[in-house]
Amino acid sequence: MTENLKNVPTVAELFANGESPEILFWVGCAGSFDDRAKKITGAFIRILNSIQIKFAVLGTEEGCTGDPARRAGNEFLFQMLAANNIALMNGYGIKKIVTTCPHCFNILKNEYPELGGNYEVMHHTSFLQSLIDEGKLTVQGGAFKGKRITFHDSCYLGRANQIYEAPRNVLAKLDGALTEMKSCKSKGLCCGAGGAQMWKEAEHGQKEINIERTEQALEVKPDIIASACPFCNTMMTDGVKIKNKEDEVKVFDVAELIAMANQLMA
Amino acid sequence: MHIVLQVVFAIVFGFAAWMATRKFLAIRRNIFLGRPENLSDQKGRRWQHMLLFALGQKKMFKKPIPAILHLFIYVSFVIVNIEVLEIIIDGVTGSHRFFAPYLGGFYTFMISMIELLSVLALIATFAFLWRRNVMKLKRLNQPELKGWPFKDANFILLMEIVLVTAILTMNATDFRLQQLGAAHYHDTGNLLIAQYTSNIFMGIGTDTLIAIERTAWWLHIIGILFFLNYIPYSKHLHIILAFPNSYYVRFSEKGKMDNMPVIMNEVKTMLDPSAQVEPIANPPKTFGAKDVTDLTWKHLMDAYSCTECGRCTAACPANITGKLLSPRKIMMDTRDRLEEVGKQIQLHGPDFSDNKSLLGDYITTEELRACTTCNACVEECPVNISPLSIILELRRYTIMEQSDAPQEWNLMFNNMENNQAPWQFNPADRLNWKDEV
Repeated sequence: MTENLKNVPTVAELFANGESPEILFWVGCAGSFDDRAKKITGAFIRILNSIQIKFAVLGTEEGCTGDPARRAGNEFLFQMLAANNIALMNGYGIKKIVTTCPHCFNILKNEYPELGGNYEVMHHTSFLQSLIDEGKLTVQGGAFKGKRITFHDSCYLGRANQIYEAPRNVLAKLDGALTEMKSCKSKGLCCGAGGAQMWKEAEHGQKEINIERTEQALEVKPDIIASACPFCNTMMTDGVKIKNKEDEVKVFDVAELIAMANQLMA
Repeated sequence: MHIVLQVVFAIVFGFAAWMATRKFLAIRRNIFLGRPENLSDQKGRRWQHMLLFALGQKKMFKKPIPAILHLFIYVSFVIVNIEVLEIIIDGVTGSHRFFAPYLGGFYTFMISMIELLSVLALIATFAFLWRRNVMKLKRLNQPELKGWPFKDANFILLMEIVLVTAILTMNATDFRLQQLGAAHYHDTGNLLIAQYTSNIFMGIGTDTLIAIERTAWWLHIIGILFFLNYIPYSKHLHIILAFPNSYYVRFSEKGKMDNMPVIMNEVKTMLDPSAQVEPIANPPKTFGAKDVTDLTWKHLMDAYSCTECGRCTAACPANITGKLLSPRKIMMDTRDRLEEVGKQIQLHGPDFSDNKSLLGDYITTEELRACTTCNACVEECPVNISPLSIILELRRYTIMEQSDAPQEWNLMFNNMENNQAPWQFNPADRLNWKDEV
């Protein structure tokens, strides 16, 4: 029962009516432009609509947080992008941000404050957990009963911000069989995309990092590899394809799995 | 003890202490060649952190086998210092086992504990030699360890065998001499190990025994004094610097990158000429780091604290997949370059020029560009070193001062500047997804 997304309010629209959103959903560049990541955005929007929360996106006013520029070493570019975003959000009086991208999450939460952008920032997996804990979201487990799910930790969620349990707690509601890879949580292996690697060829070596990680995931014979980062998702999806396992093993974001469980999307 | 020997001892001890102090002060000076970084807040939390990670070795126990072996050597080293203190007192005053008459039964217990730990340390030392040279564990045999670092590691272990053997021999012969009723060798009680190992020396005359006991005694103290002077040149320096390095930990989330206030201010005033910005007291000479003196003192203390265990490199996704980057090498290079800079300053003063730098002569851009900033190296380090922080500072220099970026990154920068996204999309299309998903 996938429906078109009719209700995606922008902060500008709300502002024009003298209103402000309870939460700002920071979509991020991947969530806005990458075909695979857009589906994660859609899933999360459907969850937001299903719980009747007053949210909004920045839409065309949103700009890259500057994460890849800063990690690559281009501080000027980062500061420019950050200053624009902060001026925009402070102008709108934004208080609380939820984002589906751990890179955006990390930079908004940890690096914007000393630039003058102070917000309560949550990653969507923590947000989903809080909704479940507060009873605002109930997950219907049926669709994934008995499925083997392994969660791939995003570096920027895990080691960078010590969030290991929230995505697992949310996944536990699916009634599937959660299995851990040999390196998980604080020992989780990177997918290979961070530090602006996403936008360049890997340096000379013997293997691609995403293949190494995909092999670790395939070792536990999962039906589903769950991720919580659009870049990890792309890397793992590519890895599964290269290993010719795309028919047996699917890569989904935590939000997509919840939306599917609750029949908010196919 | 003969007065001549007392004088010889005092001279040897004084000279060793003076030499070591000089070198340690040089290291301190080298560390403070780094730029300022404020890590003096939250003192209570820092003490707690140091007790847990340096004294308590919390991170080590992620790998239980090396952790237990390491613990044997570590505890035996700490406790053996009590005996070293006694040796120094005996050496200077001419007494023999100065503490024994005062402590009585507790002395027997204390020396027995030292003996027990010495034996455990001996076992651990052989195990470590085995892991490094026979099992050839990958992380202990990687390219950056070729040559001096590999020899350094084995030499430390061999030194430990010599020191422990000396102390065990000293106690065994001492115990045997007590049984023979030799003058000055007063009763120490039944020492845990010596009561058995003394049997090895059955049938040897008193004079020979005294000669062996004295040789072991001198070997032990001279070994210790030599070691004290060797440590500051070696990876073994971690036994000291692990403590301050854990105290001055960065408490911010690992994901947070250091801000560059100079650039922040410049951008702020560029976007809004009326913006009020805080002036920067000590602006850095360059954007990012080219050489060790562009790093902060904490980066440099990190480098001296590294014992080259390679847990960082073993966890590094780039290294695992065969790229050139090794976080351990980043730390070793930083220390080697800093030592070189220190020497140049000693020879030619602070304005020396050797036309070399950390970036380029030690660390290449290929290494830096392989980093995914995943923090695995930082997470692994038992003494809270951050190779990542140094990598990012060097990257900043390559991009902002050298304009040296891979072509794809330049494209990405252009896109971010013009389209506010790292890909080439029209910013006006940023909300189009809502009609597509």
